[in-house]
Amino acid sequence: MSLDDHLENVAIIGAAGKMGSGIALLLAQEMTVLKLQPENKSKNYELHLIDIDPIALQGLLRYLKTQAIKLAEKSIVQLRLQYEARKDLVENSEFIQQFVDDLFVHLRVGTELGNARNAQFIFEAASENEDLKVSLLKQLKNICASDTYFFTNTSSIPISLLNEKAALGGRIIGYHFYNPPAVQKLVELITPEGILPDLYQLSLELGKRLRKKLIPSNDVAGFIGNGHFMRDGLHALAEVERLNKDFSPQQAIYIMNRISQDFLIRPMGIFQLVDYVGIDVFQCILNTMDPYFPQEKLNSDLVNLMVSRKILGGQNLDGSQRDGFLKYDKSKPIAVYDPEREKYVSLEEGNWRTEADRKIGNPPAGFSPWRVLLGDSQKEEKLETYFKNLKRDSTLGAQLATDYLSKSKAIAEQLVSSGVANSVEDVNGVLLNGFYHLYGPINNYV
Amino acid sequence: MKKLNKPVYLTAGYNTLFLGSGRKEFHPKKPRPGIEHYVIEAGKGAIAQINNAENIDEGVIANFMAARFNRQGNLPAFMPAIDPSLLYKPFSRIEGACGSGGLGIYTAIKTVLSGIADVVLVIGLEVQNSVKAVYGADYLAGAGYYEGERKEGHAHFFPDKFSQRAGVCFKKYGQEPIRKAMAKWYEQAILNARRNPKAQEYHNSVVDLFTQGMTPPNPKYFVEHLNVFDCSKVTDGASAIIVTSVEGLKKLNIEKKDAIELVAFGISVDDIKRQPEDFTRLTTTRKAVYKAFEMGGVNPKDLGVCEIHDCFTITALLALEAAGIVKEGEGASYISEEKTRIDGKLPVNPTGGLIGFGHPTGGTGVRQAVDLWQQLTGKAGDCQVKMNSKRPYGLMINMGGNDKTVASFIYKPAGA
Repeated sequence: MSLDDHLENVAIIGAAGKMGSGIALLLAQEMTVLKLQPENKSKNYELHLIDIDPIALQGLLRYLKTQAIKLAEKSIVQLRLQYEARKDLVENSEFIQQFVDDLFVHLRVGTELGNARNAQFIFEAASENEDLKVSLLKQLKNICASDTYFFTNTSSIPISLLNEKAALGGRIIGYHFYNPPAVQKLVELITPEGILPDLYQLSLELGKRLRKKLIPSNDVAGFIGNGHFMRDGLHALAEVERLNKDFSPQQAIYIMNRISQDFLIRPMGIFQLVDYVGIDVFQCILNTMDPYFPQEKLNSDLVNLMVSRKILGGQNLDGSQRDGFLKYDKSKPIAVYDPEREKYVSLEEGNWRTEADRKIGNPPAGFSPWRVLLGDSQKEEKLETYFKNLKRDSTLGAQLATDYLSKSKAIAEQLVSSGVANSVEDVNGVLLNGFYHLYGPINNYV
Repeated sequence: MKKLNKPVYLTAGYNTLFLGSGRKEFHPKKPRPGIEHYVIEAGKGAIAQINNAENIDEGVIANFMAARFNRQGNLPAFMPAIDPSLLYKPFSRIEGACGSGGLGIYTAIKTVLSGIADVVLVIGLEVQNSVKAVYGADYLAGAGYYEGERKEGHAHFFPDKFSQRAGVCFKKYGQEPIRKAMAKWYEQAILNARRNPKAQEYHNSVVDLFTQGMTPPNPKYFVEHLNVFDCSKVTDGASAIIVTSVEGLKKLNIEKKDAIELVAFGISVDDIKRQPEDFTRLTTTRKAVYKAFEMGGVNPKDLGVCEIHDCFTITALLALEAAGIVKEGEGASYISEEKTRIDGKLPVNPTGGLIGFGHPTGGTGVRQAVDLWQQLTGKAGDCQVKMNSKRPYGLMINMGGNDKTVASFIYKPAGA
């Protein structure tokens, strides 16, 4: 069976979630384009969107409609060509509406796993919980045909474990999209031992079709992405604990967030990123990974405390950011959480922020924000100069940033030496493409 | 060729700010002023320069596509909202796509020449940021032949029409000189707009405009031979000017030094169903301009300043050739040698033109008249060109569609 044949009937489990909805958009778009090709005219394409939450499924449909319109607007030049044979479509608005209508024709929404019974591909994007995923995969194995392939979006659970526990016989592959899946180019590809070669080949072809950059990771809990991110986050959390001796709790969080964003020239601070992912998700991934690394402590008291207080971050249905370590107005941080006083302290309140900024000092000469450097053709040279200056600087900020860089590098090197990643390029590739860093963690800056 | 049977003057011009992407005030998701605001602001702007709005006999409102951009028809009825003294006076709406403004002025001129009125207020406007550009392209495509062209046409209908012209010019004259001249025109448009606080590109701070202008086209998302910098942007804006007889000037208590005199006009309209005779020529534009030259006894050497219809960079080049300012095939070198700059041999579009100032489609012709009035009366501020008394004439070309509905005017200072 070719990839096109497999794409005739696809199901997404956990479709209304953050990752599921993005995967749904990508696949719905691909099916619609396939259906437009004359040779596929008589074929029936179905995309089953399955989620336990019916209200969230309504939100999913709204999301898909908005995104499909945007997509059609953006690709209007090609769209007019794709619908060339349709004499009744004349204006751009008519082509756009037709594309959205055609995309929706393929969608089948429901809360029952049974809806996936005829699916040839199943994308599993349920919550990051081993028992849940195993249970779902087991049920699906019984519901679906024996040649159905499974793509799991797990970001941390070893695929061979899922394969074994659900007795899938090599019909599962790790296909870890990055958030938001419709935008992010990266997919971490995790091929467990015993995978069927056909599935592996199809997943490579699918990656190309969806215009994704596939980076292979070996089947070790956390893979490359979370293997780095979790330890990177734990480093910041440990530094917060250390800084608590000299700074107030919200100052310590603020400082490490600012060091990771400004001093390291990353797209967002580490605590903003943890909030974006969800503090509960962060905890869950740590819990998944922890048993596999007995020599490390993959755990954080502060993260556990936040989760126990139901301060979880993550996003609202409309995509806006929920409060976590930071408090947000839309997506802009406006306050920092003080775990001792159990409240948020506004960035504008009193002079605690100015005092913290004064104590860490300014980033050294050559600093440009991430956003500015992103499109700069000379960013490599500029980063080199900046980090040279950072190393020479004696401020507390420079010290914390240099330590952070070293730690990030050590984590990345460990991922290569322990066989999680096949190469330095793969680790750097994940951080560059999945986390939008301007430079890989394995660099000559430290 | 008939001559003007009496003097006609233009005075009391006013442009609103031209709003759209590029202006710091512009945010696509925030509410913006609508038609009513623009009509009233432009109208009041003109009225503030005359002694009494009572003296306005009638008016013309020029607009292309409010019915789609704003779901609004019956635009004449917005005119009395400008001033209570305009209630129950005669107003008409004129449409000729992007040439609406020019036709509006032409209509006002005819009204004055007929003796029916001494003072005619002309307002031109378009409010087109109401929809995304991809839908605006549908509305603007109404300037082409819907039944015969739209289905086969490009998503970006008009950019593609002029992209095709650029492609044929590349073949005829070589791609490099034409492409460079187009980028030079873009550079000039932005440099001039930076002198003009009301221009859409006033805040543009790009350092290397020429390089930006040379950005390779991306046919996958846009058209084959143009990049987005070759195109005028989507603009909300309005302009107003008053057309009068000599008696009208007196009634308004306007001195001649504050008015310009119409020397000639030339209106030319092609069949909307026809393809251009020659993609490297603006045939209709040439006919309109040469009608005006003939009526006024003026030739291109007499021109001191021009306002041409540069909806796309390639159009500017072709318009200079159509107007006889340069020979065919020499538009590119004329632009590249910077002869059209504000301090050049013949300043063209010194306030930024359609690319720099902005292009509120149905309003552009009136804007061009206002800017020539400012230039010829010394009111152009930082955009003022140095006029030579031996070349006192200002030429205006306003074009609707793909060289279909063209209005051309020649003005001079009223005292000259």
